[in-house]
Amino acid sequence: MEIINIFFVVVIAPVIGGLLFGLDRKLTARLQKRMGPPILQPFYDLIKLFGKGRIAANQFQLISVSVYIACTILSLILLATGQDLLVLLFVLALGHIMLILGGFSVRSPYSQIGSQREILQLMAYEPLLVFMVIGTYLKTGSFLVSNLMTGSYKPLLISLPAFLLTQIIVMAIKLHKSPFDISASHHAHQELVKGIYTEFSGAQLALIEMAHWYELILLMGFIALLWQTNLIIGGLIAFACFLAVILLDNISARLTWKWMIRFAWTFGVGISVANLTAIYILR
Amino acid sequence: MNILQKSRAKSPWILHYDAGACNGCDIEILACLTPVYDIERFGMVNVGNPKHADVLLVTGTCNKRSARVLKNLYDQMPDPKVVVAVGACALSGGIFHECYNVLQGVDGTVPVDVYVPGCAARPEAIMEGVMMALEKMNQR
Ligand code: SF4
Repeated sequence: MEIINIFFVVVIAPVIGGLLFGLDRKLTARLQKRMGPPILQPFYDLIKLFGKGRIAANQFQLISVSVYIACTILSLILLATGQDLLVLLFVLALGHIMLILGGFSVRSPYSQIGSQREILQLMAYEPLLVFMVIGTYLKTGSFLVSNLMTGSYKPLLISLPAFLLTQIIVMAIKLHKSPFDISASHHAHQELVKGIYTEFSGAQLALIEMAHWYELILLMGFIALLWQTNLIIGGLIAFACFLAVILLDNISARLTWKWMIRFAWTFGVGISVANLTAIYILR
Repeated sequence: MNILQKSRAKSPWILHYDAGACNGCDIEILACLTPVYDIERFGMVNVGNPKHADVLLVTGTCNKRSARVLKNLYDQMPDPKVVVAVGACALSGGIFHECYNVLQGVDGTVPVDVYVPGCAARPEAIMEGVMMALEKMNQR
């Protein structure tokens, strides 16, 4: 069973992630009354990037990108095999920090400022993830995903509704969607060119892109956990959240990092704490 | 056509450099992005970054100063790469041909693969120029 899970995570997950990003580009185009690229476009981009000539500013870039994608895959494996949620968050953050160090390792000012802003993005979404883990612990008394799945609990969403909202915020921040595309924009190039990704090219950029596909599946997995009794319903909820993030991306413009931090730490943390308090009182 | 060549043909990322245009040609390039022409349906994306680009679109009269920048941008692009010169100015200097500071076309600075004529070049012509450049890239 474990082997099947791991196989699914390593091979099938990026395919689904790529298709979802293709759907994202198509939907975004349709919302702007354009035809849009084919659904398979992310795969064409990826293969082309792997076939590009190698230009690296330094050797650390490749190390940072490799650790980033390895940590992302590892955290997805941890989720699929029912391991500890806290360990998962640490591994995920480690990978993200390695990517930021890679952005800092080059001297381009775009990359430098992009990396600084990426740290702010990390600071904005990390508390929301931690609060969700605390919420699941309060309900189930364990950090293990496997306990959550096998135990006979009601769907978590019923008692933890606020976390659906915070997970949408986390997804929008992590995927660099408007209004949270501070360090780099997912589609367009902005005033920082491509922000933290500016100096990564060719195969390195392809690896980053692939890591994003894994990341998307991981975030959707988190949301699916909220309806752990039936993962098909959970998956549908996660897909709906993904569509909501695309819609949000298209109807909003980028705001400042100060606003992002304030929003995540007051609104996001606020509703998380309110939900946790409600659980305490109602228990 | 193998899968790599097919992907290259379907995912051209474009870097646009204005070497000193009157802005006529630049506006036509930007018009390609609008819903009317929508170049993203061919997978084309306008990237502002030579390290991500496959196709370099040059507009305008290249002069001695912008030639240096143009060369720098070209050198930063990873292989395989192609260059498309857009507009009469980029081809030969256009109406600024006789000026003392103008180089006669950009092909003395970077190797141009496709020349798109016109003053200003039409969006359809620009798109076709990029397509031809991609074919050339895959034949190499
Ligand atoms: S070719 Fe004509 S429109 Fe284009 S930059 Fe030159 S003068 Fe302007």
